[in-house]
Amino acid sequence: MWRYLTGRVLQTMLSLLVVISIVFVLTRFSGNPVHLLLDVNATERDQEILMRHLGLDRPLPVQYGIYVRNVFLGDFGNSVLTRRPVVEHIWERLPATVELGLVGMVLSVLIGVPLGMYSAVRRGGVLDTGARVFAVLGQSMPAFWLGLMLILFFGVVLGVLPAGGRGGLLHLILPAFTLGYFTSAAIMRLTRSAMLEVLGSDYIKFARLKGLHEQVVLWKHGLKNALLPVVTFAVMLFVQFLGGAVVTETVFAWPGLGRLLLESITTRDYPIVQAGVLVLSALYLTGNLMVDLLYSYLNPRIRHARS
Amino acid sequence: MRARRREIPWFPGVVLATLVFTAVFAAYLAPHSPTEGDITQKLIPPIWMEQGDSDHPLGTDRFGRDVLSRIIYGSRISLIVSLIAIGVAGTVGTLLGLIAGYRGGVTDAVLMRLTDVGLSLPTILIAVVLVAVSEPSFRNVILVIALLLWPRFARQVRGETLAIKEQDFVALAVVAGRSSAWIISRHIFPNVVPTLLVISTLQVGYVILLEGTLSFLGVGVPPPSPAWGLMIADGRGFLATAWWISFLPGLAMVLTVLAVNLMGDWLRDHLDPKLRQLGRAAVLEAPAAASVGPTVDEAPVRGAPAGGGGG
Repeated sequence: MWRYLTGRVLQTMLSLLVVISIVFVLTRFSGNPVHLLLDVNATERDQEILMRHLGLDRPLPVQYGIYVRNVFLGDFGNSVLTRRPVVEHIWERLPATVELGLVGMVLSVLIGVPLGMYSAVRRGGVLDTGARVFAVLGQSMPAFWLGLMLILFFGVVLGVLPAGGRGGLLHLILPAFTLGYFTSAAIMRLTRSAMLEVLGSDYIKFARLKGLHEQVVLWKHGLKNALLPVVTFAVMLFVQFLGGAVVTETVFAWPGLGRLLLESITTRDYPIVQAGVLVLSALYLTGNLMVDLLYSYLNPRIRHARS
Repeated sequence: MRARRREIPWFPGVVLATLVFTAVFAAYLAPHSPTEGDITQKLIPPIWMEQGDSDHPLGTDRFGRDVLSRIIYGSRISLIVSLIAIGVAGTVGTLLGLIAGYRGGVTDAVLMRLTDVGLSLPTILIAVVLVAVSEPSFRNVILVIALLLWPRFARQVRGETLAIKEQDFVALAVVAGRSSAWIISRHIFPNVVPTLLVISTLQVGYVILLEGTLSFLGVGVPPPSPAWGLMIADGRGFLATAWWISFLPGLAMVLTVLAVNLMGDWLRDHLDPKLRQLGRAAVLEAPAAASVGPTVDEAPVRGAPAGGGGG
């Protein structure tokens, strides 16, 4: 167990270091930041002073070391555009991303679990077939297109939901559904197979023999036992939302971290790009680590197989 | 488990045949230029709507470019990107997987840690930043996608190699004094080919979606190329007045990816019984922390599409 745990933690740190390195290399390739920071009229002397001030005159490995240290201290420098600390920009946008991710996750569970449960109960029925189509489509549809079509239908044709921006609950429905659709398809499949397994077990047969109401059997005895993989999965999905945030946030003009990242790419505000990628990746990697540890804790078979 | 049928399923077969045909003969099939438009002909609706024009069956976009012609030429981009990206990633991944699996020891440990890192990265995020900073271009999109894709091949091929290595015919070849390179190329590689074919097919849909996402975000194939993702982005501002600009290329994309995925499922069922238990869930849907291969039963269905099948 300990071996697996430390191995997994080390691997996550290695991945994080790779992301940091990618970002570092990219910043060195994307041109001299001095040109971005200084006025066009700056003299060569100005450039030299700034280079020294930024530590750009030192050898690359030293620069890399300093960069890694700053990242771990949470110092991402200032935005080229606004001159404000990058950290402020990140904190401004993070809540919106987390809000969307959370609602999306809840929505995908609310859709996926009942759908998966009933398609397991009525195996081969209309609902089961429909649910399968729902799942297959979920694997084949680009999220950004689905988002636009939802805007077209609910925002433009019916005019019942806002097409973008962040506001009340109504603003959340379309983006959360866009995020949640793909994952609810996955949750549905998972619930379905878990339920099928549980429903074939002896204690379900016994509960039915006892004369319990079918709904009680399904929800209390069945779902409760099928839920473990689903819950772990749902947490993991939340983490992955963070990785996919760029797309949904762009489509729905949602003022989150993903959109900040894309905006900063267009305005070439590289300090923000770096920080955005690092923060999202760090959240994503630690989230996945948590899920893996939680899952191996809950499921002894993995604990032993891996160690 | 659905019944095993020998013949190729008709729906994906027809869609893919049409796709390849249009991509190859785009120059003959497209009624207009995909990149040049007549501004006086802009925003014409498709033929079945009022004011539709038989000269532009699927309408025109804001620059008066013919949507049908653009979709036809766009199929080329999707196909070329996925063929090259998967070709490159497949070659690199297979080589590394073969070496890691056959050599074992330190080589294996190092290569597999590298693979783990590759699989753990948030795909879309990294792709967006890599392409954006390295200047969006056709070549860079392909390179970045290949860079993100190779670990999936490496992991799977390594697992297969480990199993094949234990077979008697490999032991005999070793005894006969054959070199490692000879054994890998003559005995191990041929046995990996069916799996490779299946993984490759299952990745095509993913690559098309990823390329579409990058192009949509403006960090993919640069305009005025008729990439489907770009076309969808183009129509964003015209949803209320000219929905067809975004809707139709998206439909083409959905049909294509759907067909490729169904074909991949079918191939998996027929070519590679070992993979059947994997399901597409493990192979296709695991852009993030994929557990293709030996680790599949160690994790819950791993990895929903990071924001949806590539978006």
